[in-house]
Amino acid sequence: MGIAVALIVQGGQMMLVLLLAPLLTGLVRKIKARLLRRQGPSVIQPYRDLLRLLRKEVVLAQTASPVFRAAPYVIFAAIWVAAALVPTFATGLMFSWSADLIAIVALLGTARFMLALAGLDVGTSFGGIGSSREMMIASLAEPAMLMVVFTLSLVAQTTQLSSIARFMLEHSVGLRVSLAMAVVALLMVAIAENARIPVDNPATHLELTMVHEAMVLEYSGRHLAMIELGAALKLLLYVSLIGCLFLPWGLARAGDDPSAYLLAILLYLAKLAAGGGLLAVFETSIAKMRVFRVPEFLGAALMLGLLAALLLFVSKSF
Amino acid sequence: MHSFQFDVAHLLASGLVLASFMLLYQDRMFGVINVFVLHAVLLAMAVAWQAYVQDAPHLYITAAIALVFKGTVIPVALYRIVRRLDIHRNIEKVVGVGSTMLIGIGLVSLSIAVMLPVTHRAGAFTSEDLVFALAVVLLGLLMMTTRRNAVSQVIGFMSLENGLILAAAGAKGMPLVVEISVAFSVLIAFIVIGVFLFRIRERFDSVDVQALDRFRGDRG
Repeated sequence: MGIAVALIVQGGQMMLVLLLAPLLTGLVRKIKARLLRRQGPSVIQPYRDLLRLLRKEVVLAQTASPVFRAAPYVIFAAIWVAAALVPTFATGLMFSWSADLIAIVALLGTARFMLALAGLDVGTSFGGIGSSREMMIASLAEPAMLMVVFTLSLVAQTTQLSSIARFMLEHSVGLRVSLAMAVVALLMVAIAENARIPVDNPATHLELTMVHEAMVLEYSGRHLAMIELGAALKLLLYVSLIGCLFLPWGLARAGDDPSAYLLAILLYLAKLAAGGGLLAVFETSIAKMRVFRVPEFLGAALMLGLLAALLLFVSKSF
Repeated sequence: MHSFQFDVAHLLASGLVLASFMLLYQDRMFGVINVFVLHAVLLAMAVAWQAYVQDAPHLYITAAIALVFKGTVIPVALYRIVRRLDIHRNIEKVVGVGSTMLIGIGLVSLSIAVMLPVTHRAGAFTSEDLVFALAVVLLGLLMMTTRRNAVSQVIGFMSLENGLILAAAGAKGMPLVVEISVAFSVLIAFIVIGVFLFRIRERFDSVDVQALDRFRGDRG
């Protein structure tokens, strides 16, 4: 009985993130369009796009190797596993023991590595530019992310996501300037990782400064569908991650009755909508920065992460 | 466990360190001055909090001096100087932002490593204040060395002095007379530097201190 319920909840969480991811992307696009006083496509447009792409045939370059064909599935699988590990509406799930923050960073790193390889594989110069830029961004975003992880694990004494969320919920953490810095650093990393506006423009692939779109330019059909779904899942992952680490209220715990789970799911949806809305407002209100400013932006995130850990070290020593 | 009082003191002092980093990061003239105002306001709040915690009313006067001079008079004067010198363009730096930030982090960890063991027995408030004060002083020095523009070097000097005031507020029993005289000597220094700025400008048509290098003896 217990195992069956745990399996259902865990499976439900995996399907939930998969089903919600395109909706979140659609919501962000819709709000952005409305802010620009455009009508904008429907919120469910990303689902239609994915279906259309799945039905279309795949066009492969002659120079494409098996890596190019395998990469979309590896990327999608890695991001899906990472997104399914983040506690969205409940802690203490069946696989929560493996939901280690460092493991999630590693899974995302794997996905990024495969994407960069795929960008290089066909041999177009555009893909190469995209890959090299992606690596430049990653070389700063990943250490910044790890510093945030260290700060959180110093506070909560664990790197397991589920336990961190429980800790934040149950202990009064007090006024922690380190956590404020960590959340700002995590937001900056999230913006860079999801190719959102100050770093990259997700809405176009007609720009010379683009990063993500340059790498996936050669993909078509179901391969492109996998990559787009992966990108949507990644956005959902970061919003859920920030939600469960810094706003963990309303998370259900293992053994709660179904109504608690239902309430937690509704709260999670509200958190997602709020996150998407804030992202849209933020993206509309600022301009894209030059590519060579991006290291400074991410350097600031890294600096905030390092400083957060250092300050925590000072306040912990008393 | 931490008390609320310690948490607020920690928040304000580390906010001051963060403002120092923002000074290092900011590369527009007016932006630097705005961040310096933030620096001074945070300092005033940190000192006022120390006054409340230590129950030392004379520290309120120190906080007020910081707020009036550092937070208002000096920034306004700097605004006018910048406008008169007509230098709204970017600041050239000797080293890039990234490496400056890394050096800054290194300096903060240095001050933690040096000050924390030494001052550990003085109590949480004093110790933590001294750690951050040393960090702010070192970051001010770093700013003075990485900038070539004389105005931003002045701001680096002023932020360094803010660190000294933080240290003075953290150490119990600092007489008020010392703090007032320090505040006024800084003001005098500011006036002297202001005059000096215009002299440099008159001579070299720029406030880039690189222009002075020619007159160093060892270069020939």
